[in-house]
Amino acid sequence: MPASSQATATPPPLRKPQLVCPAGSLRALTLAIDAGADAVYMGLKDATNARNFAGLNFDLAQARDGIAYAHARGRHALMALNTFADARDPARWYRAVDAAAELGVDALICADTAVLAYARDHQPQLRLHLSVQASATTWEAIEFYRERYGIRRAVLPRVLTLPQVDQVCRHSGAEIEVFGFGSLCVMVEGRCALSSYATGQSPNTAGVCSPPSAVRWEDSAAGVQARLNGVLIDSYAPDEPRGYPTLCKGRFDIDGSRDYALEEPTSLNTLSVLPQLMEMGISAIKIEGRQRSPAYVEQVTRVWRAAIDSCAAQPARFGVQPQWVAALGRWAEGQQHTLGAYNRPWR
Amino acid sequence: MTTASSPFPALPPLPAAVRGFIARLPIRPPSALLAAALNRILLPQLPADAAAELAGHAVDIEVRDLGVRCRLILRDGRFHSAPDQGPVTLRIAADTASYLRLLRGEDDADRLFFERALVMEGDTEYGLMLKNTLDAIGPLLRWPILRS
Repeated sequence: MPASSQATATPPPLRKPQLVCPAGSLRALTLAIDAGADAVYMGLKDATNARNFAGLNFDLAQARDGIAYAHARGRHALMALNTFADARDPARWYRAVDAAAELGVDALICADTAVLAYARDHQPQLRLHLSVQASATTWEAIEFYRERYGIRRAVLPRVLTLPQVDQVCRHSGAEIEVFGFGSLCVMVEGRCALSSYATGQSPNTAGVCSPPSAVRWEDSAAGVQARLNGVLIDSYAPDEPRGYPTLCKGRFDIDGSRDYALEEPTSLNTLSVLPQLMEMGISAIKIEGRQRSPAYVEQVTRVWRAAIDSCAAQPARFGVQPQWVAALGRWAEGQQHTLGAYNRPWR
Repeated sequence: MTTASSPFPALPPLPAAVRGFIARLPIRPPSALLAAALNRILLPQLPADAAAELAGHAVDIEVRDLGVRCRLILRDGRFHSAPDQGPVTLRIAADTASYLRLLRGEDDADRLFFERALVMEGDTEYGLMLKNTLDAIGPLLRWPILRS
């Protein structure tokens, strides 16, 4: 083939990663599917999942309806069972595995090795995904879970640079899923016990970062104070934007300066590196936000559906559309977004 | 890191003097009207378990740009106006446009909260329960049409 033809040849279309979207309710699930999600992930109404908030999630009847809705449209329904089993009553987690199997979910998203082992032994037909909460950041760690528990996919923690994600994709025998958009946590996924110091509960045990029962917003003429079980975690001027009331996103006085000690309220947005992620062969892109409204789920899903389709069709000509940036920026925590760990220019 | 602009539709606010006058009016009439509307629109869609969780707590609802304040309680399976005096479990405040966008399922309470377009004070767990319950039910209103 002549060199000039090579230079102008259109590169082959990229394999589309699955778009995996959050469903905190049946309504969010249906809107996500209608907006183009390839898969939705959901949790039961208890501490077996890391978004255990009042009024959120699915009872068995709602889960059955949601899974039927997804399957009728050729999409997948995943069940998050991603907290760590309480040693006093691990049976609740095992019952949830059995319930998910009975419901006919397409995969379980788990972190706890005991839960993974139970699923492997008692529901061997169930496809297992390794939750981000397992905090497996190397291909060797993922291979361990694949060989030992038969996981088919691993969700990468949001701590890796793009070259590191590439390294994992090249060597892992499991599919790789990465986060594409949503609120960032302090990024010690699966290992964070920060809120335990103030409340005795953490996302990995009780499924909540800041238990709502411990959160108080106190208004005064000087502004609003956010307290977690009495601990002052931030103070906002009357017109100052707020963030989620978590310790990791609080502002504290350190050496006479008041600032974010651990992390600013911001959202991850990886649209600009979508072509690179797809070239690496990632299998799925996850949208964070089961605690957000159905309107958020629908609009964010719609943007990502368009972006993935556009990138897959013409990867070389892919560009982030201004309307996508505007739409996602509108839903971002703190209305700011970042590439997070994917981009570390100082390295 | 980039920062996105956020167009937010807002109705022209009433003059401060008018808002002040409205704010001094008794809250029982608007509360009774809102309770009747919720009994007609929301109650038939409210799951029994959610109704049980939400019952027995007084909630203040303030429409900031109009100066209107209501106080409601879900009791004996119906919404009622609650006494002006006494403790409230939750206080909610927002402008008309924000309420309408939420009621039409076009916006996200978290986003409005970040922007301080929606204020929720008091029992956070109760507020979250209310928010998630309403989110799961879906739009309560289909009108009027507002565009950002």
